[in-house]
Amino acid sequence: MYRIRLFAIRHSGVFEWIYQRVEGVMVALDPVFAKIGYNRVERPIALLEQGVKSVLFDCKMCGQCALSSTGMSCPMNCPKELRNGPCGGVRPGNYCEVKPWMKCVWAAAWDGSTRMKGGQKIREVLPPVDRSLKGSSSWLRVSREKAAKLREAREAARTAVAEAFPEARAIEPAVAPLAEEPASAVNREVLKK
Amino acid sequence: MSTGDYSDEVPVYAPPPEGHVSHSRLERVLRAGRFAVTAELNPPDSADPSDVFEAAQPLGEVADAINATDASGANCHMSSIGISALLTRAGYSTVYQISCRDRNRIAIQGDVLGAAAMGVSNVLCLTGDGVGVGDQPGAKPVFDFDSLTLLRTIRTMRDQGMFLSGRKITRPPQMFLGAAENPCIPPHDWRPERLAKKVEAGAEFIQTNYIYDIPLFEKFMARVRDLGLDKKVYILPGVGPLASAKAARWMRSNVPGIHVPDALIDRMEKAEKPGAEGKKICIELIQQIREIKGVAGVHVMAYRREHQVSEIILESGVLEGRQPRRRSERR
Repeated sequence: MYRIRLFAIRHSGVFEWIYQRVEGVMVALDPVFAKIGYNRVERPIALLEQGVKSVLFDCKMCGQCALSSTGMSCPMNCPKELRNGPCGGVRPGNYCEVKPWMKCVWAAAWDGSTRMKGGQKIREVLPPVDRSLKGSSSWLRVSREKAAKLREAREAARTAVAEAFPEARAIEPAVAPLAEEPASAVNREVLKK
Repeated sequence: MSTGDYSDEVPVYAPPPEGHVSHSRLERVLRAGRFAVTAELNPPDSADPSDVFEAAQPLGEVADAINATDASGANCHMSSIGISALLTRAGYSTVYQISCRDRNRIAIQGDVLGAAAMGVSNVLCLTGDGVGVGDQPGAKPVFDFDSLTLLRTIRTMRDQGMFLSGRKITRPPQMFLGAAENPCIPPHDWRPERLAKKVEAGAEFIQTNYIYDIPLFEKFMARVRDLGLDKKVYILPGVGPLASAKAARWMRSNVPGIHVPDALIDRMEKAEKPGAEGKKICIELIQQIREIKGVAGVHVMAYRREHQVSEIILESGVLEGRQPRRRSERR
């Protein structure tokens, strides 16, 4: 698996592109997941995610995937589990301090980031890992987060109209609604124009 | 001041001076634009406070702050919080080192409050060496934080007055935040970029690992200046006297993160008195480092050669007649 992991880092640009498509699909599936229940889809999706990512990236299922910000090099393979590496112990030839036969995960990460469109993301300081999320699906977490963000943006737009026309809203609530709209109430044809 | 001379009075810490984040003497010296000197203390394998004072004695007269290492090289010694507290109360300025190897986020955040309550005002956030190189390789490595998440956590505690859980801290720890850097170790190209991340995470001063390769360090500093980091963080390169060619070779292959060029080892080999030559090299390194733009001071790590520290600093002339002394002596 070590070799496949290095291959993925060498082709980080391609995997970044694939990853973005996967993410797009997951976000689009949010209504489906919400309908079935995120709780119910958690186990099967987590298993699928583990299968794919452990082959490609030696994924450790931390549940807080940051591959797109770490040059497609999984930071949980660092023996010190650094989320912002590399440490000061890297050996000559970019070998790991703790496992001298392995290439430094973070030297590889910075290298991988140079081949990615979003390579600059590696410059952001990542937070410490929440260990209670270990084993859960990072894909579903992203899907929920992004869908929630979209909902928030729609809500903000509605709130702005309601706040701008408070008197009209008081007498005719339907002209400046605040409640969440069900999907079927939104005319998709109009939105496409 | 004798070692047992503690008063029962609760110490009162006034707010830090204008434009400062802490009471740290090191912060004052650096912000005043003086060339600062810090020195590393060899921690005792003992529970006797007088051993700590004895070790600090040769450093105190030339150092603006004394670093208390946190089981460096994963070898067990007296704790950095214990040493920092003892020395701070005796009037020394200390740099309390925290490594992420041995403690989780709950322990570390509590220790930071404890240290601040005892007057400690400088902290150095480190990832830490792996347990394998130490005297107890069977220990469980923790690494709950890394040095950057640790920096950001202490900054949040200090500036937002809360733990990482969001719970309020009634009296935030006023600490001057430091981090390490290792410019002469691969991946060389990314070292300055990671330094930028450390500054972003909250680092206000940097103490580096040993610099024995000036051209390599100059290249690093050139990139640091390009990124504008020398204006945002005080950089104190690390230096130390080599004991002998053999010791230098041993250090290079057994202590993680140390780079000593062959030329320097050759020079040590040819020297008649290796001890004196090591000291001479160290003084030369300090003088060369001082000329590099963006350097704010120097950090002396003279492991088992603490007796040479004061001569090295005085002979290098970097203090320009300044006399860093501990507070109790000034009275």
